[in-house]
Amino acid sequence: MRLRSMPISARIGLAGIMLVALCAIFAPLIAPYSESAVVGEVWAPMGGDFILGTDNLGRDLLSRLIYGARATLFVALAATLLSFSIGMTLSFTAVVSGGIVDQVLSRLNDLLMSIPALILALIVLAVLPQNIGILIVVMAAIDSTRVYRIGRAVALDVSVMDYVEAAWLRGEGKLWIIFREILPNTLAPLLGEFGLRFAFSILFLSTLSFLGLGIQPPVADWGGMVKDNKEGIIFGVSAALAPGAAIAFLVICVNLVVDWLINATASLKGARGDA
Amino acid sequence: MPEMLSVRNLRVEVTAHQPDGSSSRLVLVDDVSFDVSKGKVLGLIGESGAGKSTIGLTALAYGRGGVCMTGGQVLLDGEDISKLDTRGIRSVRGARVAYVAQSAAAAFNPAHKLGRQVIEAAFRHGIMTREEARKRAVYLFGVLGLPDPENFGERYPHQVSGGQLQRAMTAMALCANPELIVFDEPTTALDVTTQIEVLAAIKHAIAETNTAALYITHDLAVVAQISDDIMVLRHGKMVEYGPTRQIIEAPREEYTRALVSIRQTSREAARPDGDVLLNIEGLTAGYSDVDVLQDISLSLPKGQTFAVVGESGSGKSTLARVITGLLPPRTGTIAFNGTPLPPARKDRSREQLRRIQMIYQMADTAMNPRQKIRDIIGRPLTLYFGTRGQAKTGRVKELLEQIEMGPQFLDRYPAELSGGQKQRVAIARALAAKPELILCDEPTSALDPLVAEGILKLLLRLQEETAVSYLFITHDIAIVRAIADRVAVMHRGRVVRQGAKTAVLSPPFDDYTDLLLRSVPEMEIGWLERVLEGRRGNQRQSAAPIEMERS
Repeated sequence: MRLRSMPISARIGLAGIMLVALCAIFAPLIAPYSESAVVGEVWAPMGGDFILGTDNLGRDLLSRLIYGARATLFVALAATLLSFSIGMTLSFTAVVSGGIVDQVLSRLNDLLMSIPALILALIVLAVLPQNIGILIVVMAAIDSTRVYRIGRAVALDVSVMDYVEAAWLRGEGKLWIIFREILPNTLAPLLGEFGLRFAFSILFLSTLSFLGLGIQPPVADWGGMVKDNKEGIIFGVSAALAPGAAIAFLVICVNLVVDWLINATASLKGARGDA
Repeated sequence: MPEMLSVRNLRVEVTAHQPDGSSSRLVLVDDVSFDVSKGKVLGLIGESGAGKSTIGLTALAYGRGGVCMTGGQVLLDGEDISKLDTRGIRSVRGARVAYVAQSAAAAFNPAHKLGRQVIEAAFRHGIMTREEARKRAVYLFGVLGLPDPENFGERYPHQVSGGQLQRAMTAMALCANPELIVFDEPTTALDVTTQIEVLAAIKHAIAETNTAALYITHDLAVVAQISDDIMVLRHGKMVEYGPTRQIIEAPREEYTRALVSIRQTSREAARPDGDVLLNIEGLTAGYSDVDVLQDISLSLPKGQTFAVVGESGSGKSTLARVITGLLPPRTGTIAFNGTPLPPARKDRSREQLRRIQMIYQMADTAMNPRQKIRDIIGRPLTLYFGTRGQAKTGRVKELLEQIEMGPQFLDRYPAELSGGQKQRVAIARALAAKPELILCDEPTSALDPLVAEGILKLLLRLQEETAVSYLFITHDIAIVRAIADRVAVMHRGRVVRQGAKTAVLSPPFDDYTDLLLRSVPEMEIGWLERVLEGRRGNQRQSAAPIEMERS
């Protein structure tokens, strides 16, 4: 990757992600108030002591937004990375092995996908102990079925290329084929999918939080904050819009960077996505 | 005679956008002028990138993405069509100027019947009523020698052969009775035996309808049969322009001479046979329940070049897949150096795999676009011989020297090489394994003639240096003449003839080899008529002529 040739859009995206990351890391230093302390009236307007106003319990919105970056960024990112690791490993293995391995993995995947994601998550999370690790694993496992689908499709496309055949004829092992021949040539579509999946993860996390199975109060997360304050919209209180805007900001920034990565990896002629 | 199409000082440019955001202008065609009159054919010839198609498309006032005419005039019957507005251009295209594309299979809509597509232009432009257009289409189907002209239009594109589809496309171009037709490599994708029929049909139809035509091709022997004048192009500039007879028989320019003499390379008779390297016996193989190869037996002596020649669909590439173990045969054995090879790739040892290497037709897809040349050539060294670090770099440099490329290519990606260079790298990759046999699957058919010749010479030189054997798959008899020691002719999954080159390529022939040999265009005016004459005579003699294969 040549950082010098990075276009302005990607620079903006990268700056945005770094801003959110800094907020997450240094939250206790930056935030004016504590994450869970009730410091004012319910739904105080913007300005004065509270730059963004207060939430439905009278907590400072800006402080919660800064603390919320921690849970949101960490859980969504970890879940997406994990789901890609699982999904891509399994799908590439299926493609390279073919035959019965492919059939078994693909049909099991179909089986999992046929259960609505939210219901599956609810059942599993209701049974298992509630902590962040379990939450991440469950989110990743559900998401990985989608990654598997797309991973298998793009890998199948590449696996019939002459250079993969040439590698087999050379006597290369499966690991070489997966990591040296197929993976570099499927990066572009998979990176695009990563940007989208990351956005979905944030939204899925907020849905789970809304239902009380995601991040547990009083820990702040952006999705949960939208939920907490959504009643305010009816009364003209804009408190729900701030975390909503934060989610949109992060998702757009991630996708700006991903777009650049796709272009940078697809610039070689003959690669996928370059036709 | 009035000129139907006059092109004056044509200049065409394209805007190239660099990855860093800057853009530059490239000149595709520079200062090209020619005339075509009614009933005459002008052949445009040159390598890929010479600007042939670009010139052809300007006759329709069309430029592919980003291409625009920046100078000169394109006069159609005295009127400059490059100055017309969109509406004016639309009244010209399809009605007054028609276009025949290289791949008819891609140019027809598979969802509609042929007849409907053939008459569409004539009908849409209001030149004829639907019924008149249909009648004309039937007439043209007849002129072009298509079977059952009355009902041919009722078929869908997939129901007819490649050669028939190409002729249907010519009918489509002729249907609106245009003043000019642009043929863009109409026979390049066809087999030689099919090409001859399409050529004859096109020639007949042009004479019959008295249309002016531009005929674009890279094959001088083909254009010699059909055109009255020839223009040789290179890098967008005119090299030579004159009557066909003068170009073929007395070319003035060095480059034209090279093009004319290209098919005349040939090699001495077969060298004495050594030990048998590869022996195939009673091989039958296929996909699902179709046998693509039937009862193939071959034996390849050490250090020789064994050419397998045949048309598309004859099973020659499948033979390579069976030898490499990608497609295990149903019956039959493959012995290498006297020991039988396991039928499936998975059961072969790395050492067995090393001894047989492969060179593909499309070097583009045969190399991982994300690996540098150093890794592409170096990988077999590490895999088979455990060479690493300095030693590996040194050996890769040596190999680059052998294929006449320098160390400056080490850190390039395949996309940064030309087609010929890519094929050379593919050869180096095969050589790196120190193989005893290299399977070459049409390694030169995607390359321009002069580049292809360079590759063939390289292969021959490497054979002398390393005593490697080649199994060379090709559809081109000229290549067989140039490099083979032994030849097998394949037709519909069977070997119809094999032996030493001189024996196979001299009479008496079997029917198929005869047809194949006589279908190869020769650089000689009047060859087409002579062959067709001979073929008609033959058909009268033999009750069962060989029918054309679907391509």
